[in-house]
Amino acid sequence: MFDSALSGVRLEDQLPDAKPLYTPGQARAEAERCLYCSDAPCVRACPTEIDIPTFIKKIATDNVLGAARTILKQNILGYSCARVCPVEVLCVGSCVYNDWHREPIPIGKLQRFATETALEEEARGGPRIFTPKPAGPGARRVALVGAGPASLACAAYLALEGHRPVIFEKRALPGGLNSTGVAPYKLHLADALAEVSYVLSLGVELRQGAVGEGVSPEELLQEYDAIFLGLGLGEDNRLGIPGEDGPGVYGATAFIERLKTDQSLTLNGLRRALVVGGGNTAIDVARELAQLGVPDVAMVYRRERASMSGYAHEMAQARMEGVRLVERATPLAVLRDGERVRGLRVAISGPEAGEQDLLAEGIFLAIGQSKLRAVASLFPGVTLDSRGCVVVDPISRRTGNPKVYAGGDCINGGKEVVNAVADGREAARHMIQDWPTAEAA
Amino acid sequence: MADLSIDMCGIKSPNPFWLASAPPTNSGEQVMRAFDAGWGGAVWKTLGNPIVNVSSRFGAVDYNGQKMMGFNNIELITDRPLEVNLREIAEVKKRYPKHAVIVSLMVESKQEWKDIIRRSEDTGADGLELNFGCPHGMCERGMGSAVGQEPAVLKEITSWAKEFARTPVLVKLTPNVGDILEPGYAAVDGGADGLSLINTIKSIVGVDLERMVPLPRVGQFSTNGGYCGPAVKPIALHMLAVLARDRHTNRLPISGIGGISTWRDAAEFIALGATTVQVCTAVMHYGYRIVEDMIEGLSGYLDRHGMKSVKELRGRAVGNYREWGELDLNYNVVAKINGDRCIGCQLCYIACLDGAHQCIHLPEGPCRGWHGEPDHGKHPRLEPSPVLFHRHPDPSNRQVRVPVVDERECIGCNLCALVCPVEGCIEMVEVPNNQGFESWQDRVAKGTDKVPGGLYD
Repeated sequence: MFDSALSGVRLEDQLPDAKPLYTPGQARAEAERCLYCSDAPCVRACPTEIDIPTFIKKIATDNVLGAARTILKQNILGYSCARVCPVEVLCVGSCVYNDWHREPIPIGKLQRFATETALEEEARGGPRIFTPKPAGPGARRVALVGAGPASLACAAYLALEGHRPVIFEKRALPGGLNSTGVAPYKLHLADALAEVSYVLSLGVELRQGAVGEGVSPEELLQEYDAIFLGLGLGEDNRLGIPGEDGPGVYGATAFIERLKTDQSLTLNGLRRALVVGGGNTAIDVARELAQLGVPDVAMVYRRERASMSGYAHEMAQARMEGVRLVERATPLAVLRDGERVRGLRVAISGPEAGEQDLLAEGIFLAIGQSKLRAVASLFPGVTLDSRGCVVVDPISRRTGNPKVYAGGDCINGGKEVVNAVADGREAARHMIQDWPTAEAA
Repeated sequence: MADLSIDMCGIKSPNPFWLASAPPTNSGEQVMRAFDAGWGGAVWKTLGNPIVNVSSRFGAVDYNGQKMMGFNNIELITDRPLEVNLREIAEVKKRYPKHAVIVSLMVESKQEWKDIIRRSEDTGADGLELNFGCPHGMCERGMGSAVGQEPAVLKEITSWAKEFARTPVLVKLTPNVGDILEPGYAAVDGGADGLSLINTIKSIVGVDLERMVPLPRVGQFSTNGGYCGPAVKPIALHMLAVLARDRHTNRLPISGIGGISTWRDAAEFIALGATTVQVCTAVMHYGYRIVEDMIEGLSGYLDRHGMKSVKELRGRAVGNYREWGELDLNYNVVAKINGDRCIGCQLCYIACLDGAHQCIHLPEGPCRGWHGEPDHGKHPRLEPSPVLFHRHPDPSNRQVRVPVVDERECIGCNLCALVCPVEGCIEMVEVPNNQGFESWQDRVAKGTDKVPGGLYD
């Protein structure tokens, strides 16, 4: 599946795996260090509440299939989450070994070992991790809008329970940000698409089509028993300053998508790059540029380092890779020599206040993404809050329209993959709960 | 520095650390390297008529990452010609006159015993050890544990050996018996000068689940072996203590064997009555070099406790090994959790809930005890505890959920302290009372031993 998307050479191929797969011996040695806490803090820290001590003990006893089952039962995208989760601030960060001043258990790497091993074995015709219930006459039809992590998770859990989910995706490639947005040293496109293939193998249908354009919301509401909105976010935000429009200024997520999917993208002539923003996307772009060999990469952030929303452990990595940080710098104008970008004029605040020109050939804007207000508004009863996020019940993820649920970045404004999976799983659970049992599959 | 030198029924050695009769004492070259490393004595790999061995021979039990917690072998006695072994023993003795070299022996007829004892002693060896313990292979031929399990035979062969021997005779006992005193008495009655124990425990170390053959595998079959290593230490300590407190057997010095890996293990054996200790598995795992720490550690311990000689440690704990009926029924301890050290793993909580007496609760509230009731037992209400959370003092300022012990319910079993991974976090603290010492035997004597709630109440 998706072979054509993966043929040819893309820039992400130059970025190797930052945390390679464990060998079985390495995994067992680390698994045996786990204390097997009860009521463990790592489980409490996981948005999908994976029973971490149990899956780790299963690795220790060489029951890798069982370990994968424990993980995927709670988090069907446990494979990509193992690689993209900020474990330093979630499970690993809460490991009791930290309180003992000892090296915590590498939970993410163990989760990757279990899921990658079991998924590859299943793909090769080995034992199935899960056998979906057969779709009986009571099977429900659910339309899911967008093929990102939230929809994939919701669809997978519906399929496992014997229902018929159909995902509508407007892009050529499914997977959402797992395919097009995650830093390549964490997860490559091929790995993300392999995980999508697994979800589809559970009985999930994928159709290409944009709701509101080719696909009519009225028909979805009529034909399906429930709708799940996994819309994600829209275009990269713009600064709104002079000189911004034109070549040499890139939206961060659009750029990462090209890095991962566009064979024609090169960084020729880019010697100095400025990344505007202080969040995790800004750090990702900066690290990717530095790792791809751009000699001078600087992040431009309007406040001081302590206020950055990006994770401290990611920023520390970026600094080690040579990324500079320009603090308290507010962009005023993109400077150009004719068409070509020459740099960015910023206003520095604080003790050394004043204007400064930062020279660069490329400027990358990582200052958030717009909200896809339009699609959500096509469904009657679905409302948006002041930030543009879809309003849902926090437990069931149901919107103002009782047939419509939502999850992922479109309800939280942009969080982790693991949060999207939790949304999708809980929405599926509540859909099934709320359908009259006599008619359920 | 304390005096570690030993005189065991006339066998002198610079320290109590001997190598047991096993692969580490197979050859002169090995034993000399061991003496150079610091070992005080060596019991040579058992001599007899040479045998053939199988391949493979060893198996092990690993536990949670620790290799060779238990070890098993199906190797027989020496497979080298007698003449070679005797020549090498003489050479070792000549080069290391102050170290103890004991020759382990295993033959069948009285004539064979006579001849092998004479030739062994001609090497200048310091003593003999009769191998009545090997529980695999040799016992099928009427030797090893086949002797050790028959007190009458053990006594008779011991008396033969004593008849022929000029040097001290140690009898090595097998643990594969119902009561260790029976072979112990037989050895005393046969005239033995000393005892050594334990030999290995009859065992199957595991099963190859793909081939359906027990381990270690010899082609398509396997056989039972002898089990040793750290896992058998408690069994050895018990048998040692039984012999050490019995008036008939404790007249003989004992060489303690069984899972000794560290100076601390050795000190425990000596405190329960051993004069010397013999080590094998730990050396097979890590090499002769471990003796350096054993010597330093033991003498450091003796120094710290003001003992001038290792002899002062010998048997110190024997008198405190009693029958259950002699224990104080009024002594009481409860668990105290030190919040400063707790890391919040809740292992004490789950162990107490599922494996003990439901007396430890999560900081958020009481555990659910019997049948889903909010609490259980004599005290239905758990009072709110003042220590619910503990904030670590270091810069991380992390908050740890510290479980709560219901001290009125705690029966002082130790389980929580045993499962706690952090040293010094859970302490078992004595709860003083004024009831005085009263054992079960005291109650029987006073006629107050009846506990209500039995069959005929």
